[in-house]
Amino acid sequence: MSESARKDTPEQAEFRQYCQNWLANNHPGEPPVRLSLSPLEIMTNDQLGYLQAWQKAAYDAGLVGCDYPEAVGGGGREDCQRVANEEMLRAKTPYLPNVIGLGMAAPTVFFHGQEALKERLLPRLFSGEDIWCQGFSEPGAGSDLASVQTFAEKKGDKWVINGHKVWTSLAHFAEWMIILLRTDKSHKYEGLSYFVVPIKSALGKGVTVRPLIKITGETGFNEVIFENLEIDDSHRLDQLGKGWQVAMTTLAHERGAGQMVTPRSGGLKSKATHASNSTNLIELARNTPRGDKTAADDPLVRDAMMKSVIREWGLAQNQRRSRVPALQDHPMRLPLQNKLLASEISQDIASLALDIEGPASSLYLGDPNAPDGGQWPMAYMNSYGMTIAAGTSEVQRNILGERVLNMPKSK
Amino acid sequence: MTQPNDYGFGEEAALLKEQARKFFADTLPVDALHALVADDPTPDRQPSGAWLEESWQAMVDLGWTMLSVPEAAGGLGLPVAAVAGLVEEQGKAAFPSPLLSTLCAGYVLGAAQAQAALDEIVAGTIATLAITNAQGSWQAGDSDVTYADGKLNGTASYVQDARRAQRFLVSANTGGGIGLFWIAADTAGVTVEADAIIDLTRDQGRLVLQDVAATPVTDNGLAALNQAMPAVWTLLAADMVGAGEWQLQTTVDYVTQRQQFDKPLGFFQAVKHPLVDVMLQIDEAKSLVYNAACAIDAEPEKAAQFAHMAKASASGMAGYASGRSVQCHGGIGFTWECYVHLYFKRQKHSQMLFGDGSWHRARLADILVGAAA
Ligand SMILES: Cc1cc2nc3c(=O)[nH]c(=O)nc-3n(C[C@H](O)[C@H](O)[C@H](O)COP(=O)(O)OP(=O)(O)OC[C@H]3O[C@@H](n4cnc5c(N)ncnc54)[C@H](O)[C@@H]3O)c2cc1C
Repeated sequence: MSESARKDTPEQAEFRQYCQNWLANNHPGEPPVRLSLSPLEIMTNDQLGYLQAWQKAAYDAGLVGCDYPEAVGGGGREDCQRVANEEMLRAKTPYLPNVIGLGMAAPTVFFHGQEALKERLLPRLFSGEDIWCQGFSEPGAGSDLASVQTFAEKKGDKWVINGHKVWTSLAHFAEWMIILLRTDKSHKYEGLSYFVVPIKSALGKGVTVRPLIKITGETGFNEVIFENLEIDDSHRLDQLGKGWQVAMTTLAHERGAGQMVTPRSGGLKSKATHASNSTNLIELARNTPRGDKTAADDPLVRDAMMKSVIREWGLAQNQRRSRVPALQDHPMRLPLQNKLLASEISQDIASLALDIEGPASSLYLGDPNAPDGGQWPMAYMNSYGMTIAAGTSEVQRNILGERVLNMPKSK
Repeated sequence: MTQPNDYGFGEEAALLKEQARKFFADTLPVDALHALVADDPTPDRQPSGAWLEESWQAMVDLGWTMLSVPEAAGGLGLPVAAVAGLVEEQGKAAFPSPLLSTLCAGYVLGAAQAQAALDEIVAGTIATLAITNAQGSWQAGDSDVTYADGKLNGTASYVQDARRAQRFLVSANTGGGIGLFWIAADTAGVTVEADAIIDLTRDQGRLVLQDVAATPVTDNGLAALNQAMPAVWTLLAADMVGAGEWQLQTTVDYVTQRQQFDKPLGFFQAVKHPLVDVMLQIDEAKSLVYNAACAIDAEPEKAAQFAHMAKASASGMAGYASGRSVQCHGGIGFTWECYVHLYFKRQKHSQMLFGDGSWHRARLADILVGAAA
């Protein structure tokens, strides 16, 4: 069953038709540049430029931000982002580059920001003109996020920020950052406040962004140093000392368990974008010779591939079942599994792909003999980004065990 | 065809599931279940196969035993997803009863359009499938029974509810193919030999047929079996999901209350994380069960594919959940007196029944990858 076979409301049905028509005429076509696997590894301005133009076109057409009110630049529709996402996926459009903006900053600013701030920031976020990044992690605060030390000191109606954020994806392109700051050193949780801060316009004026190189050799995340950056109090979200609660809104959306559906596009096939899914895996097995047969004839490979197929389809059905209240025991039980399962499944699929490739999995992007252009070993390495970022798999298991199964906190 | 968003699991289905939960909990709470079925621990015990025979009439009166009979053949026409909900609750209670066997026989009879036999199911007859050979092959049509000159001869193995059933739906080689036969337990030449099984909540045996006079309800038994087996796999998987949920909740309760090293056991991640994994596996199996159930009604061309997924997933889960349920209880979990073993044994039984995980994955690969060269 395709996702879209689910029954639409009249508004959704009409909107779906609209999306289909628009996409039929406005697919951006083959990218002129090699694209990275996901927006988090965008490295060049050429890549970004192509993707930003696509996001702007999709936004102008009403396919991005559909469920947000018109006053903040949204489409003012009800539960239609889901529909736009399905149609964009079906049309195999490129991914949207402003992932952190759309997935995390937008709902956080929307639920916790003052009206004027929303009206100022959200339209350019939805259009992709302003790229956003997320400044949560620090050298001393990763899984234990609430121990962030980057400090905001009140001076009149300004705040002065000093400190050090790390692993900040997309900071090298970002206009804006959502940031969790310490405003009071005597309370761990109540001492946190949440702000939006300018990055690009403050470069060299209190903000330094230094790229970090990933395990794959790609760039994409950074460290960001704040030295006496001054911002206005109007950049604060929610009340002073409520930073932790605001951060929970961000994290819920980051893990696919938030109130707003994140605009999502993807599926564009180019030789360098290669998703770790079981369809591609089976294709690889069919194309991998084993004597006069192929890996797809090997019973062990078949068994392992079917395990992945089943887990992948199980996750899709979890997402479907999470919208059938009569078949759930706890409202957060399925949503909180999303990120953990998606990241571990694609890691297992990539790992299996390397097994199937055998010694050829030693060949990387620069080798003309590398199967699938060396994408599988790269996907395998990148998969650890997904099981670490946004709350590691271990932390996700703590959350599920404590919030859903009510087992005692491990801390 | 496309599936409805809600798996066809509407208000009626939710009411049925709730009614079932209450019925099983009231009729046979776990302490009463233990008292009923676990009276003889000796390893070489003879199988008791104890169950509450009077519960059958109650379930007949509720209309449950005929839920697999097609509406056109006199049934109630409830979606398979609703039946899965009922069976999930049965599994949660580890309820000993021939309900599932009778429902499964109903699906095969429905596919065979065997109206006279379906009428008996509607009337409350207890039935079961006798379609497995001595090797325990789950391939439809692998039967050790032959049919010649109007007589059945041979043995069907691993027959569920063998001593409880009033009718057997037997598959037999007819020379030209596979026929299905509807055989009353008291027919001359029919003997049931009970297996001394581990699972205390089930009954299983061998059906020995010696010159049993019979006429087939269909000559094309393979087609009927192929059509109906997805429902069999899906409902058994639903039972396993329910049993898994009991195992999870019971174990979580235990590790939350029991203290060691001045902490509740669930504080320790070596305990907590595997129990989260049990939950992940239950949810995967459960989602796949309702997807498969829905496919049987709304997307029949995909029913086998999705049911293979459901049973493969449930089998893996049942093994893992059972292992963790005993391990996390420590010494007490290793005793006969702790109820955990009832579910452990039921799950291990179900894990292999009608195809284990690797069998279902191999069939799934044949569908999705194509037959291996
Ligand atoms: C690709 C990528 C992109 C990222 N992008 C961003 C971004 O844009 N913005 C941002 O703010 N951050 C970002 N991060 C940072 C990410 O959120 C952190 O790396 C993550 O939260 C883990 O923190 P840490 O790296 O300090 O690891 P640590 O917290 O030091 O963890 C190390 C190991 O210990 C385990 N561990 C830690 N605590 C526990 C516990 N209580 N129980 C059991 N195990 C535990 C972890 O699971 C992990 O295996 C990104 C990370 C990656 C890899």
